Amino acid sequence: MFKNIVRSKWFGPTTGIFVLLFILPIFAPRFYVYVLALIYVTSLLAMSLNMVVGHGGMFQFHHAVFYGVGAYAVALMLTKTSLPMWIGFVVGPVVAAMTGLIIGWFCVRLTRLYFGMLQISLGSLIWAIVFRWYGFTGGDDGIHGIPMPSLISSLNRSYYFILIISLICVILMYMILKSPFGSTLQAIRDNPQRCEAVGVNIRRYQLGGIVAATFFAGVAGVLFVVLERSVFADLLFWVLSLEIFIMCLLGGWFTFAGPALGAAIIVALRTFVGKYTEYWTLILGVILILVIFFLPEGVMGFFQELFKPGMEEVTERGK
Amino acid sequence: MAFGSAELLCQLLVGISRSMILFIVCAGLSFVLGVLRIPNIAHGTLYMIGAFATFSITKMYAGSTGFWIALIVAPLLVAAVSLVAERALFCHLYQREHLMLLLFTFAISLILGDLVKIVWGAEYKSVSAPALLKGSISILGSSFPRYNLFLILIGPLVAIAIWLFTNKTKIGKISRAAAVDREMVGVLGINVSWVFAISFVIGCYLAGVGGALVAPTVSITLGMDHTLIIEAFLIVIIGGLGNMWGALVGSLIFGITHSYGVLFWPQFAIVFPYIAVVIVLLLRPKGLLKSVW
Repeated sequence: MFKNIVRSKWFGPTTGIFVLLFILPIFAPRFYVYVLALIYVTSLLAMSLNMVVGHGGMFQFHHAVFYGVGAYAVALMLTKTSLPMWIGFVVGPVVAAMTGLIIGWFCVRLTRLYFGMLQISLGSLIWAIVFRWYGFTGGDDGIHGIPMPSLISSLNRSYYFILIISLICVILMYMILKSPFGSTLQAIRDNPQRCEAVGVNIRRYQLGGIVAATFFAGVAGVLFVVLERSVFADLLFWVLSLEIFIMCLLGGWFTFAGPALGAAIIVALRTFVGKYTEYWTLILGVILILVIFFLPEGVMGFFQELFKPGMEEVTERGK
Repeated sequence: MAFGSAELLCQLLVGISRSMILFIVCAGLSFVLGVLRIPNIAHGTLYMIGAFATFSITKMYAGSTGFWIALIVAPLLVAAVSLVAERALFCHLYQREHLMLLLFTFAISLILGDLVKIVWGAEYKSVSAPALLKGSISILGSSFPRYNLFLILIGPLVAIAIWLFTNKTKIGKISRAAAVDREMVGVLGINVSWVFAISFVIGCYLAGVGGALVAPTVSITLGMDHTLIIEAFLIVIIGGLGNMWGALVGSLIFGITHSYGVLFWPQFAIVFPYIAVVIVLLLRPKGLLKSVW
């Protein structure tokens, strides 16, 4: 597995980029460091969604719930309990994965649109509870000023923490998708009937995929708390879920790194365009329409088409 | 907690009247879902446009005539907006996969949402009910708003109108046929693209009717589309995708559980309908009534 990663022709450039990202905070202004960290968090979230949508072919319409649940779990652990802080960081993703298991258990019994709409409804139930339970979750005020361990208290330190953790998660996701489990998941996406015929328990694999993806969404939620030190109910709102969907679409469904690129583009645009206009969602809508009409395979997919010869090894989607 | 029977009855009626608005909106959503097989996320935004348009039209005319005019004009405006979106952009995408269509409706919802902000601003707006429907009547000693009574009367009328349209008119029958087997309808020499356009516009028109009717009962604000569309999705799912009567049953379940939730535990009132939905889905994952799919 590791040998394959090292031997890949992407290894060199990718390593170069990450070395650059590691030394960046030394000379970059604080604001850019913050935006970059936000991009890592969002990229991780988008890639975790793409595990089930792009590679698993499931209509995971309400992925933001698991992100929000992870963030709220760690926020509540850090503010309401006196347990060691690091336990909270572990609890976040675990709670998110458990939520994924419960919601996924209902959803995998259905397919496609029914799956997606059931997930929106179950996710909205969680949102409604978080939004209203003022005594516990702070309701629509959210929780602010969450204390952080001193190890990651400054922005630069949290930048490194977020970078390292997301990097580890991305490698783990890559390994999962390249493992027999990941291949089976992709086979189910391409032809569920045939998979069932050869004796694959489709639902169990799909549920496994959902649990894995929601775990990483929970990690992203924890990293969001590390960066922002606050949580609010909008993290669980379905509009965010669809925004992550847009990131995956923009980057490219059928590529591994595409969603990260999509997330980077969207976050950067929102940060820099949002400064000049209050009509950011209008721009997002126009971008989405342009992508749907002209770039249905996403930016990454577009470039793969462009440089197709010699790049078969990264094209995960057998056409 | 003890409540008198009059209070319980009143709350039931309030629930039913709210259900009627939900039903009108969901019937439109369900109709589009049945024929085009797309959960139209922009539906909620069109409903919001209907409410804002009602506000503007009511302000233009003195007295209560404005509201009655708005009730006719606002939905037509919404239908016009949807027709433009459908013919200019949407109709070129019918060959694409479902997810793209869904995301396209999301894009439309984002764009229209911000256009509403540009046109009407971010302040809260309110519309007063026409003089005829102002005030309240007394039911078993507790007062009940007249406007809600009007809603309870108008809901079944809309249901009958939709039923007559889908079952007794030619275009309605064609759209039902297209819902079941669109290739076959195309083979018979019918322009499926226009069937889709008409169905889409009719569905959106109903969203506009819902928006116009809801205007006097709530404060009209940005973001009212976001909560409504989720409620509408849930109702359509528990009713059975594309089934108009299912939308009615789903709306009643949703509206009544919500209104009793307000009575018994106001803080968590919005959670009750969701719990009802989860229970229904556990018992019948594909909805209460038969889906047209």
